[in-house]
Amino acid sequence: MRLRGQSEGARAAVLALPPFLYAVLLLAVPLVAIVAISFMTQDGLVIDPTPSLANYREALTSPIYIWGNATRWGTLPVSLYVAAMVTLVTVVLAFPMAYFISFYVAPSRKSLWLFLITIPFWTSYLVRIFLWKVVLGFNGVINTALMGLGLIREPLEALLYNLSSVIVALSHSYVVFAILPIYVALEKIDRSLLEASQDLGETAFATFLRVTLPLAMPGVVGAVLIIFIPVIGDYVTPELMLGAGGRLMSNLIQAQFLGLNNWPLGSALAIVTMIVVGVIALLFLLLMRRWLRARG
Amino acid sequence: MKGWPFRVYAVLLLAFLYGPILLLPIFAFNDGAIIAFPLSGFSTRWFEALWETDALWQAARNSLLIAAFTAVLATLLGVFAARSGSMAGFRGKGLMLGFVMLPLVLPEIVIAVALLVVIRQALGLDLANWTVVLAHTVITVPFSIAILNGAFASLDPSLEEAAMDLGESRWGAFRLVTLPLVAPGIVSSLLISFIISLDDFVIAQFLTGANPTLPVYIYGLTRFVDALPLIMAMGTILVTLSITLLVIAEWFRRRGLARAGVASTGGFL
Repeated sequence: MRLRGQSEGARAAVLALPPFLYAVLLLAVPLVAIVAISFMTQDGLVIDPTPSLANYREALTSPIYIWGNATRWGTLPVSLYVAAMVTLVTVVLAFPMAYFISFYVAPSRKSLWLFLITIPFWTSYLVRIFLWKVVLGFNGVINTALMGLGLIREPLEALLYNLSSVIVALSHSYVVFAILPIYVALEKIDRSLLEASQDLGETAFATFLRVTLPLAMPGVVGAVLIIFIPVIGDYVTPELMLGAGGRLMSNLIQAQFLGLNNWPLGSALAIVTMIVVGVIALLFLLLMRRWLRARG
Repeated sequence: MKGWPFRVYAVLLLAFLYGPILLLPIFAFNDGAIIAFPLSGFSTRWFEALWETDALWQAARNSLLIAAFTAVLATLLGVFAARSGSMAGFRGKGLMLGFVMLPLVLPEIVIAVALLVVIRQALGLDLANWTVVLAHTVITVPFSIAILNGAFASLDPSLEEAAMDLGESRWGAFRLVTLPLVAPGIVSSLLISFIISLDDFVIAQFLTGANPTLPVYIYGLTRFVDALPLIMAMGTILVTLSITLLVIAEWFRRRGLARAGVASTGGFL
């Protein structure tokens, strides 16, 4: 009864405090810590705390990370290309699925379909990536099937250990994250708008292009953000799918922490990557907003 | 039938999603030591080999322990956040609750290395199971909140008010009226948090102590060619376990929504 006099807003604030403080202590403070350590330098086994820009100089000038050289691209542009392709593939794969569930599945069966598409996402991430090696490998499922059908004589080696295999495996992992936001956006569309458009003489296809698609865009934007950013950080998929020698940005960061033991450089690489990814995501958001506004 | 091209497409996409997973049992029960077609006959010898591997049992025990603690901690924090979210606004509410959801769009490796720097470098502590629990809680809380938001949002606030008008304290009203109504959501959140923690590899690889978790142990096996059938057998068990837990979680989540729905209409009657 003591608390009964307090306003509901004040009580809500008190309740929000434990999860917020947890996130401050275990997320905000650590993020500040890697910013701090990125300005220090690794000196043998110890870290020299004298502030220095050496790691950023290394990250921004070495051909390995951004610029590349005459024979190969820098790792960050390649990573961005992979993330962009994965985003594109997942959104294109997801849209018809989300459209189908929203417009053609009976309301009582919608949650069953959503449940069906989310199950693979929850099941053993590591084993799922590993299975793509089994599917695409030299003696893998696809090669065996193609040889069995007599379409090829020798197993194709080009299936595995290249960027395409990374994109396939990552798209498989992330496609659910595209289906769900697009589905939510489609569900919000007032169905009478579509009827109005067709009553006014638009064809079904024109209605889709001029009414449904623009209204679904917030879902697409959500999907792009929730896929593009985490995909950049996925180092397990490239490690397993590229084999020895192939490395993306996430692998270089991971190696600085778990093998080469240069945490300050690893932190600087992570920060540079996150800033580049963040700026790209922000530009994308602004462009989409302007485009949607221009259409009214 | 209307929309049949979409239906065909949807089934094909489901096949793409499930295809690789369906290979697991095929190779897990295959007698051959090489993961390739043609198959060489039914055998349970890989499961028997798993049964006799002590390191695996140790890793499994670790993972289950970590997942259980994570599930409880994340769901507790999730209840606070979801309850707060369903109440009146206050200054900074969107910012506070939004920040808790941030791990959804942050790459896991960034969260992992950031915590590693704090724990090892700033605090000088040793990595152990509890460091994995703390980190897993960071990434599972957003999922817990998303599930519990559904449970709390569909509640009728007048039920709790009625309980307080009848003389219950605020805590009493919450415990006796709200908690039973959101209980299915809580069970669902516990199960989903448990699954995420059990399945996580990235954070565990950075923050695990001397004893690896199950995914870290499996990852170690991927380097040995002759261990591949063991991975298939292990994967089969894990996928079966996850799907079972998921079905239970989904059942509870739906029952929760149904119960809250019935309760709110019942309030008017």
